[in-house]
Amino acid sequence: MKNLVLAVSVAVLLAACGSAVKLDNVPVVDKSGSAVAPGAGGAPSTGVGLGNVAAVDLSKSGQDAAMQAANRLVYFDYDSFVIRPEFQSLLESQARFIKASKARKVAIEGHTDERGGREYNLALGQKRAEAVRRALSLQGVDESQMEAVSFGKEKPAVLGSTEAAMEKNRRAEIVYK
Amino acid sequence: MLKRALLTLLAGFFCLTASAQFRVEVSGVGLTQVPIAILPFRGDDAAPQKIGAIVAADLERSGQFRGIDTGTTVADEAVRPDVSAWRQKGADALVSGSITKLVDGRFDVRMRLWDVVRGQDLGGQSFAVVSGDLRLVAHRLADFVYEKLTGDKGVFSTRIAYITKVGKNYNLWVADADGESAQSALNSPEPIISPAWSPTGGQLAYVSFESRKPVIFVHDVATGKRKLVANFKGSNSAPAWSPDGKSLAATLTRDGGSQLYLMDAAGGEPKRLAQSSSIDTEPTFTADGRTIYFVSDRGGSPQIYRVPSTGGNPERVTFAGTYNISPALSPDGKWLAYISRINGAFKLHVMDLATGSTTPITDTVSDESPSFSPNSRLIIYATQQQGREALMTTTLDGKVKARLAGQGGDIREPDWGPFLK
Repeated sequence: MKNLVLAVSVAVLLAACGSAVKLDNVPVVDKSGSAVAPGAGGAPSTGVGLGNVAAVDLSKSGQDAAMQAANRLVYFDYDSFVIRPEFQSLLESQARFIKASKARKVAIEGHTDERGGREYNLALGQKRAEAVRRALSLQGVDESQMEAVSFGKEKPAVLGSTEAAMEKNRRAEIVYK
Repeated sequence: MLKRALLTLLAGFFCLTASAQFRVEVSGVGLTQVPIAILPFRGDDAAPQKIGAIVAADLERSGQFRGIDTGTTVADEAVRPDVSAWRQKGADALVSGSITKLVDGRFDVRMRLWDVVRGQDLGGQSFAVVSGDLRLVAHRLADFVYEKLTGDKGVFSTRIAYITKVGKNYNLWVADADGESAQSALNSPEPIISPAWSPTGGQLAYVSFESRKPVIFVHDVATGKRKLVANFKGSNSAPAWSPDGKSLAATLTRDGGSQLYLMDAAGGEPKRLAQSSSIDTEPTFTADGRTIYFVSDRGGSPQIYRVPSTGGNPERVTFAGTYNISPALSPDGKWLAYISRINGAFKLHVMDLATGSTTPITDTVSDESPSFSPNSRLIIYATQQQGREALMTTTLDGKVKARLAGQGGDIREPDWGPFLK
C-alpha cells in the first residue's frame, strides 16, 4: 500500500514534470505511466522496479527538486561546452536521482543560440549535451540510462536576438523519458 | 450572410498562404547579357498563365539575358519579325508565340526563337497541355531559349525544396525553380532541416525532429512514402547523397561526438568515414563521387576540408577567417559555395577551386544553406531581408540576384534539385 501511494505520487510528479517542459509542441507521451507500472501493478520485484525508490534515502523534496525544470537546465557561455562550477551540485543531485532507479531514462538535449548555420549548431548543441552526459557518467550514471541529443538552434527557450535571450538559449536540458 | 462572407474571406486567406506565391526582384546588372525581345504571346490575355511573362522572368533571373522593351508590337510565332527594326532596338534575339484554348479544354502553346542579328529562325516548340501544366511549359520554353543561345542546359523546369516555419508549424515544400507552384511534401509540428534531393530528383532526404531528436528520413516525393534511414543513439543529421544515389553520407553521434558515416540509402549499418575528436559535419559529395567536402573544427575553428570518399587524410580547403561552413559544390566541379562569418556577419562566398580565390557575393548578413543549380550557373540560398527570412538566387559573380519572396512565415533551407530526365 505504501508502495502504491509512493508510485502514484511519483507518477504525479513525473506528469507534472512532463508538462513543465518548455519546448514547444512537445508530445507529452505518458511514458511515466509505464515507468511506474511494475510497482503499481504489483509485478514481481526484480530489484530494478520502483520499489527501490523507497529504499533510497532521498527526501521527497529532493526528488521534487530533481524533477523541476529549473534544476534540469545547464547554461553555457558563448561558444563554450565547459560546465560552469555553479552547475556542479545540480548535476550531482541529478546523477543521484537517475542512479536511484535503473528504470529512469534521460535525454540530454543540447541547444545553441541563433547565430550560425543550422547543422553546425546541431553539432555544437551535441557537444553541450555530451559534456553533461560525461559529467553525469563521472558521477556514476550508467550510459544505458542516458542519450545525448541536440536540437541546435531549432528550439530556442526564449525568442529574440538580445544577449539575454541568447544566454537562455545556450543550454542543455535533462529530460526524463 | 456575414458568416458566409467571413468563411469566404478565410478560405481566400488560406489559399493565399498555402500557395506561397513568390515575386522575382532582379537587382544588379550582369556584364555579358544577351539582349532579347520577348513578345507577349498571342492569347496571353485570356489564358490562365502569361506565358511570355514567365519566359521573360526566367531568362532575366538567370542573369544572362536582358529584356528589350517590346512596345506595342503584336506578333505570334507564325510572323517573321522585322529583324532590322529589332536590331535597331538593340535586340540580339526575339521570342514570339501564342496560346490557344483547344476544344477539349487543353491549351496549345507555340513558340519560335529568332536570331535577330543573322535574321535566322532558331527553331520552335509546341505543347498541348492542361492548364495546370502551363507554368511548366513556360519553363520548358525558357529552357529551350536558354540552351539555344548560351549552349548550356536551362534549369527553369527543375524543382527546388525548402522549409517554412509558420507559427509552430513546419512544412517541407517542393516548388518550381522560380518558387511558384509550391506543394507541401511534409507538414510537422516539429522542426525539419537539411532537405537533400536524390540524384534522380525522386526522393528527398531530410532531418526531422518529430521524435524529439534529429533522425534522417528518405521521402519519396511522388507517393509521400517515407523511410526512417538513420535513428541511431544520439543525433542523426546532415544527409548527403552519393552521385549514384546508392548511399548517404551523414553525421551521427552514436559513438560520441558528431562524426561522418556512410550508409546505404535504403538504411542499414553505417560505416565510419573519418575519425576525429572534434566536430565533423555537413558532408557533400563531388559530382564524380570520389571526394567528400565537409566541415570540421579540428583546427580550432570550423573550416571546410575534403577527404576521399573511400577514407583517407582530410585536406583543409578554407583558410581565411575563423568560421567557414555549409559547403556546396557546383555540379561542374569548378566552384565551392559556402558561408563565412566576417565581423559577425554570415556571408555567402564562392571559391574558384582551380585557383583557391574566394569572393563574397552578397550584401546581406545572415546568409545560409547555399545550393547550386544543376547547370552550375546559379546559387540558391536563404538569407534575411528587412528582418524576414527569404530565399534568393544569385549568379556566381553576385551581380544578378532574384528574391523568391514567400508569404507568411519564415522560409529557409533551400536545396536545388537535379535536371529531370
